Amino acid sequence: MNDMDPTLLRLVAGILALLVVASAAGWMLRRLVTGETHRGTVENINARIRAWWVMALVFAVSVTTGRAGSIVLFTLISFLALREFVTLAPTGAGDHRALFWCFFVATPLQYALIWTGWYGLFSVLIPVYVSIFVAIRTAVAGDTARFLERTAVTQWGLLVCVYFVSYVPALLMLHIPGYEHHNAALIFFLVVVVQLSDVLQYVWGKTVGRRPISPSVSPNKTWEGFIGGVVSATAIGVSLWWATPFRPAQALGIAFTITVMGFCGGLIMSAIKRSRGVKDYGTLIEGHGGMLDRIDSLLFAAPVFFHLTRFFFAR
Amino acid sequence: MASVVAGVSRLVCGATAVWQCDPRAVRQRIYFANHTSHLDFIAIWSALPPALRAAVRPVAGSDYWAKGRLRPYLARRVFDAVLIDRPRPGTATAATASASIQRMAEEMGGRRSLIVFPEGTRTVDGQVGPFKSGLYHLARLRRDVELVPVYLENLNRILPKGEMLPVPMLSRVVFGPPFPVLEDEEKHEFLARARAAVLGLHGGQ
Repeated sequence: MNDMDPTLLRLVAGILALLVVASAAGWMLRRLVTGETHRGTVENINARIRAWWVMALVFAVSVTTGRAGSIVLFTLISFLALREFVTLAPTGAGDHRALFWCFFVATPLQYALIWTGWYGLFSVLIPVYVSIFVAIRTAVAGDTARFLERTAVTQWGLLVCVYFVSYVPALLMLHIPGYEHHNAALIFFLVVVVQLSDVLQYVWGKTVGRRPISPSVSPNKTWEGFIGGVVSATAIGVSLWWATPFRPAQALGIAFTITVMGFCGGLIMSAIKRSRGVKDYGTLIEGHGGMLDRIDSLLFAAPVFFHLTRFFFAR
Repeated sequence: MASVVAGVSRLVCGATAVWQCDPRAVRQRIYFANHTSHLDFIAIWSALPPALRAAVRPVAGSDYWAKGRLRPYLARRVFDAVLIDRPRPGTATAATASASIQRMAEEMGGRRSLIVFPEGTRTVDGQVGPFKSGLYHLARLRRDVELVPVYLENLNRILPKGEMLPVPMLSRVVFGPPFPVLEDEEKHEFLARARAAVLGLHGGQ
């Protein structure tokens, strides 16, 4: 903390200011809104804002304390997300040993590779080696009923909850000329733009949303919310260009891409919830549901953001 | 020590407690639950508020909990379990069973609650087996205490029978409304009703 990057300080101050504004708005809404149905919505919004304070503080403290803080934070996020995913997955006693390895070996190993900076193994560990291992371990356990479904669901859980999520702290591995020691700001950029896009899609959807995009998957996602959220979050991304190695026009393209990927993440994770007949993945975060409900928009945005940045800006 | 064990257990079992009876009522109770995992009574015990947790005693088989060093320490010092001799299958005698029930009723005294698993043993695949008659006799001996059905969800997936190491999934502990003891009810009727009360809590909010 002794030589904290002034860019990070400015970003943290911006987040805090935003939360103060959100809390004030929540307080005003509570005073202004009457009527039973709207009161429920306002209470939910205020619970969400309170949870945002906790999440933002944990995130800001972890990421500004350096590599260890970010890696530990996202290891825990992966762990909690994977437990929610596996709880809903139709696995059986024959998957017990394979799952044990996934939680206690594959997950820490993936993050340890970020710590050591071994990008080559980081990028193939889960899609290649752990996937093969899971299939072998499950076959050895001997339960052949729905073998492919059970193996695939475990592999998918690792892919989305561990592999994709680990791309967020993996941004610290990139060597970008002229941007040394500033990589933590990339994590801020990604998380802030994608999460704000979520919030803004919710706000636009609640206020002017009419036409649902895919009513069977998620009745709350509307074209108006999607377009309003993507456009306004992209604008925020452009306004944060100074914290990144991107020029404003590049920040525009990247922010637009990750907000669209964020929307897709939310849509796909909703489809999984519907297929399992639940509304939320868990009850961890008041007003938000589980960990996976909160990070669903980061899942697909993180690897795409990483590879765009790596391909065009890193050496 | 107790709060450390409870904290670790809540972390591993990711348990959400759901209360359909009053979690703050300080009164003697017999909690009876389905049994699918070694973690079951720890899960119930950790889900109880500290005041109730201090007064509750799990009933556990001495064949498992008296072995080794750690288990007897946990059973006596942390959980204050009532250890009973479980007769081997086939050699069950009415005398040992009735002595065990008698002991449970006495060990409750005037202040303590019990956690019991009326199936007598763990089942596989999360099924709920038939209830043995112990609960019926215990309820007759202690008509002064409240019976509370408890449904444990997903613990069989966290630590299935035959496994040593847990996979930390999420679980739920559903405490049902107090279960009434009816006069003139046959033993098998009582046991079927008790089993249905536990099963009825599946998916309870």
